Amino acid sequence: MTDAILDRLPQAKQPQTYLNEGYTLSSWLLTTDHKRVAILYALSITFFFFIGGAAISLVRLELISPNGMMLTDEQYNRLFTLHGIIMVWFFLVPSIPTTFGNFLMPMMIGAKDVAFPRLNIMSWYIFVIGALFTIYALIAGGVDTGWTFYTPLSTLYANGSVIAAAAGVFVAGFSSIATGINFIATVHLQRAPGMHWKRLPLFVWSIYATSIVMILATPVLAMSLLMIVAERWLGMPIFNPANGGDPLLFQHLFWFYSHPAVYIMVLPAMGVVSEVLACFARKAVFGYTAMVISLMSIAVVGFLVWGHHMFVSGQSQFANLVFSFLSFIVAVPSAIKVFNWTATLYGGRITLKAPMLYAMSFIGLFTIGGLTGLFLASVPIDIHVTDTYFVVAHFHFIMVGGAVSGFFAALHFWWPKITGRMYPDNWARIGAMTTFLGFIVTFMPQFFMGYAGMPRRYHVYPEQFQAYNVVSSVGAVILAVAYLLPLFYLTWSLRYGKPAGRNPWDATGLEWQTTSPPPKENFDRQLVVSAAPYDYENT
Amino acid sequence: MNPFVYFSRVSNEAIAVDHIFFALTALSIVIVGVVFLLLLVFSVRFRADNPVHRRKPPRIFEYIWTPATFFLFLFIFWWAAANQLGALDHPKDSLDIHVVAKQWMWKVEQPNGVREIDEIHAPIETPVRLVMTSQDVIHSLFLPALRIKQDVLPDRITYLWFTAQKPGIYHLLCAEFCGTEHSRMTGRLVLMTQPDYARWSRSQGPSRGLAAQGEKLFRSLGCSGCHGPNSSVHAPDLAGVYGREVHLSDGRVVTADEAYLRDSILKPGSAIVAGYKPEMPSFAGTVGEDDMVKLIAYLKSLAGHTTINQQGERR
Amino acid sequence: MSETARVINEPWPSLPRQREAVTFAVWLFLATEVLFFGGLFLGYTVYRWLYPEGFLIGAQETDIVYGVSNTAIIMTSSLTMAVAVRAAEQDMRRMVFRCLIATALFGLAFLVVKGFEYYDDIIRGFVPGPHFPLHQTGAELFWTFYWVMTAVHAIHLTIGIGMVATLTVLLHRRKLPLVSPAYEGVALYWHLVDIIWVVLLPLLYLIGRAS
Repeated sequence: MTDAILDRLPQAKQPQTYLNEGYTLSSWLLTTDHKRVAILYALSITFFFFIGGAAISLVRLELISPNGMMLTDEQYNRLFTLHGIIMVWFFLVPSIPTTFGNFLMPMMIGAKDVAFPRLNIMSWYIFVIGALFTIYALIAGGVDTGWTFYTPLSTLYANGSVIAAAAGVFVAGFSSIATGINFIATVHLQRAPGMHWKRLPLFVWSIYATSIVMILATPVLAMSLLMIVAERWLGMPIFNPANGGDPLLFQHLFWFYSHPAVYIMVLPAMGVVSEVLACFARKAVFGYTAMVISLMSIAVVGFLVWGHHMFVSGQSQFANLVFSFLSFIVAVPSAIKVFNWTATLYGGRITLKAPMLYAMSFIGLFTIGGLTGLFLASVPIDIHVTDTYFVVAHFHFIMVGGAVSGFFAALHFWWPKITGRMYPDNWARIGAMTTFLGFIVTFMPQFFMGYAGMPRRYHVYPEQFQAYNVVSSVGAVILAVAYLLPLFYLTWSLRYGKPAGRNPWDATGLEWQTTSPPPKENFDRQLVVSAAPYDYENT
Repeated sequence: MNPFVYFSRVSNEAIAVDHIFFALTALSIVIVGVVFLLLLVFSVRFRADNPVHRRKPPRIFEYIWTPATFFLFLFIFWWAAANQLGALDHPKDSLDIHVVAKQWMWKVEQPNGVREIDEIHAPIETPVRLVMTSQDVIHSLFLPALRIKQDVLPDRITYLWFTAQKPGIYHLLCAEFCGTEHSRMTGRLVLMTQPDYARWSRSQGPSRGLAAQGEKLFRSLGCSGCHGPNSSVHAPDLAGVYGREVHLSDGRVVTADEAYLRDSILKPGSAIVAGYKPEMPSFAGTVGEDDMVKLIAYLKSLAGHTTINQQGERR
Repeated sequence: MSETARVINEPWPSLPRQREAVTFAVWLFLATEVLFFGGLFLGYTVYRWLYPEGFLIGAQETDIVYGVSNTAIIMTSSLTMAVAVRAAEQDMRRMVFRCLIATALFGLAFLVVKGFEYYDDIIRGFVPGPHFPLHQTGAELFWTFYWVMTAVHAIHLTIGIGMVATLTVLLHRRKLPLVSPAYEGVALYWHLVDIIWVVLLPLLYLIGRAS
C-alpha cells in the first residue's frame, strides 16, 4: 500500500534512474552500469534480428516458386548463410544472456552490478568488432558456405568472404567467453546475504548453466575457425584430404561447440519461462530442485552429444550408437522440465497476460521441438531426414519456438521494470497469439516436406514440394507481422505507456523490490534474503 | 502433383523406417496433445477469478514421470538401434555401382562399364551397393524413396546398400550443401525388374567392362611391371588380394577392401605389407577417381583366377 | 589503508573479496584457454595417430636447440614472475619491480629466439604449401600444427608481455599498489602460457628424437 503511494509521489522530484544518470553519448558508450550495457546489447541484437529476418524473408519469398523467380543460386546461398550466421551468433547466442541476463541477473541476486563491470562493457565492444567484421563480409559480397563452414567447401572451394565472416564469429566468441566468466563470477561471489544457492531464482540458475557452456564450448569454436582461416588464407593444410587431412575433424570440432550452442540459446529461455509461469500462476515452480538438476545436467550432457549431427558423415556405426544413446539421455531432463512447468499451473491462480501467453507458447513449441529431437536421435530416421527440412523445422521449433518465445516472454515480463512503462496488454496478447499461429503455419509443413524428402538449402526444388513451401511462406508473412508488432506498441509505450510502478505483476523476485526503472545502484539498501524464491502463496 | 504421392517407399528397409517414424509420430501427438490439453484445462479451471478448491500437485508425480520418461526413451533408443544394427548386415554378393560426385554432378559407372550422369539404373530384388567418393567437396547421396543417405567424401570411400522391391523412377538428391548449384545436383534413380535391367545394360552400346578397362590401365601405368607374375621386383602379388586379410609391417591386420586398395595406390607408404620394402611411388594426382574405379574393379576381378589362402600362399 | 581503497573497484565491498573474484575469473579463463588449445591438441593427436611415420619425419626437422633454449628461458621467466608475486605479498616494491622487468625481458628473449627459429624454418622451406620439401603424408600436417601451435602460443606470450609491461609502468608511476590482485591475475596467465609451452616441447621437438 505504501509502495503504491510512494510510486505516485516522485512526480514531484525526478527519481534517480539508470536512464537519467546521464544523457551524453559517452555516458552510454563508456558506461559500466550492467543495465546500460544490457540496453546497448539489446539495441545491437535487435538490429541483427531484423537483418537476419530480412534475409530469410527473401529466401521464403523465393521458395514460393520451385524454379526460383528473382534470385540467382549464388544470391540464394548467400542469403541463407547470412541468415544462419547472423541469427545464431549475433542474435540467438547473445540474446537473453546479454540483455536480460545482464540487466536482471545482478538484481535478482541482490547485487549492485556484475563482478567485473569494465569487462562487461568491453565484451560489448568485442561483440561490436565481431559484428563489424561480419557486416564487412556482408558488404564485400557475402558468404555461401552455410553457417556451418564445412570444409573443404569453406577452405578450398567457396568464393565468398569466408575469412571475414569467420573472423567476425571468432571475435564475437570472445565476447561470449568474457560475458560467461563475468556471470559465473557474479553468481558465485556477488549474492546478497541469505541468497543461498537453493534460493537462487531459476532464471539465475539458467544464466549460470548457460555461462558454463559458453566458456567451455566457445573456445573450441574459436580454434576451429582459426584453423579454417589458417587453411584458407595461409594455405596450410589442416582439413584438406589431398594432404592427408580429415574434413570430418572440422565437423567434430564445430559440433562440439555448435550443439552446446543450442543449449546456450534455450537454457536462458527455460529460466525466463520458469519466472513468468510462477508469477502468473501465483505459485512456486513445481519441483525446484529437479528443475535445477535438469538445467545443470542438460548443460553437462549437452557436451557429449555432438556426434548426432554426423550420423551419415561416415563416422563409425559404434560412434553413431553411443551418440544416439546420449542424445536420448539428454532429452530426459528437458522432458522433466516440461512436466514440471505444466504441474506448476495446477492449482494456481492463472491470469493470461502477454508474458504468460509467450511462456505457454514456449512450452508447447519446445515440447514439439524436443519430441522431434527424439526422431533425430534415432539413427535410422536421422539417416533419412538429416539435411532435410525436417531438421530445419526441428531446430527452429527449439531456437525460434523455444528461445525466441522465451526472449519475447522476458521482454514483455520485464519491460515495465526496464523502462518503467506499461505497454498495451491487448496488443501484446494479439502479438503473442499471432507469433504462435505464424510459427506453426511456417514450420509445421516443413516437417512433412522434410520427411517427404526435400533437402535443406535448396534453391530450386522438385515441384511436388511447392504446396508445403507456399504454406510455409504464408506463415512467414504472419510471423514477420507478429515480430514487427511489438516494435510499434513497445516504442509507443516508452512515451505514452502508464507508469509501471515498482511491481506491476506483484512478482516476488528481488528485481521487483526497487523502483522502475531501477536506480544506478539497483537498490537503496543492502538486501537480505530470508526465503526461497517464488513465495507466491504467502503474499 | 499430389504431395503425398511422394511417400512412396520401395524397399523393406524403407518400410521399417516408416514404422518407427509413424510410431514416434503417434507417440509425439499423444504427448503434445496431453501437454496442450493440460495447459488449456489448467488455464481455464485455475483462472484467477474461478473460486475452485486448489491443492498442490502431489510430489509423487515427479517420482513417477522421471523413470517413466527415462525408460520410454530407452525403449525408443533400443528399437531404433536394433533397426540400425539390423541394417548393417549386408549381403556379401552385391551388385557394385560406382559413384563419383563432383560439383555439381553425379558420375555413375555400372559394373559392366556403362557410364551414366545424374542417373543410377539398378535392378530390384538384388542387393545393390553404391561405392562412392567425391572429387572435391563433401556431397551426400540421398535416395528418399529408399529412406537412405550417405555423405560422399573426398579421398575416402563410403557405401550405401539397398535392395529395392518396386520398379519406378525416384529422386536422387544431393543433401549436403556443396556450393552454388547444390540444389541442381539432382538426378534419377531408375529401378527396373531384373530382366529389364539386363536388357537396358546390353542396350547401352558396346562398352568394355570396367575390369577390362582397369586391366589396360594396370599395364599402361606400369603397375604390372612390379606386381605382374613375371616381375623381378619384390612386390606383393595382387591376385586375389581383394577381400583378403593382409598382414602389415607394423603388425596390423587389415582386410583388403576398396578403401585399402585405394590408399595403397595413392598413399603406398601408409600400409606396407609385411615382408616388403616401402618402395612403391604414390599415384596421387596420376590416378583420378574415374581411373581408380576401373583399377579397383580390375583388382577385384582377379579374385576369381587364383585360389589363395589366408597366408597368401598359392595353392 | 588508502592504498587498499585505491585498488578496490566497484562493486566490491572489500579487497579480499575482490582478490578472490579476480583469481576465480582468471582460473575460469584458464579453463577456456585449455579448451582453446584442446582443439589443436585433438587435431594433432588424430593426425599423429593416422600418420605416425609422417609425424616422425616431420618432427626430426624441428630444431631442438631453439626448442630447449626457449624452454629454459620461459621457465626462468615463470620463476621471476612467481618471485614478483611473493615479493608483492611481502610489500617489497623494488624486488617486484625488478622481477617484472626480468619477466618481460625473458618473454621478449623467447620471442627473439622464436624469431630466429622461424627465420631458419622459412629459409629451409618448411612452410606448408606447394613447395614443401617433405613428401611423406603427415609431415606437412605436422608442420602446419608446428606453425599454428607456436604462433598461437607466441600471440599469447605477446599479450602476456604487454600485461607485465603495463604492470611495471603502473608500479613505477605508483598507480598500482602492491596489494592489487592484478599481480596475481597476470602471474596466473603467465604460468599458463609457460605450461602450454612445456606441453608443446615434447609434441613438436622431442618426438623425432625418441628413437
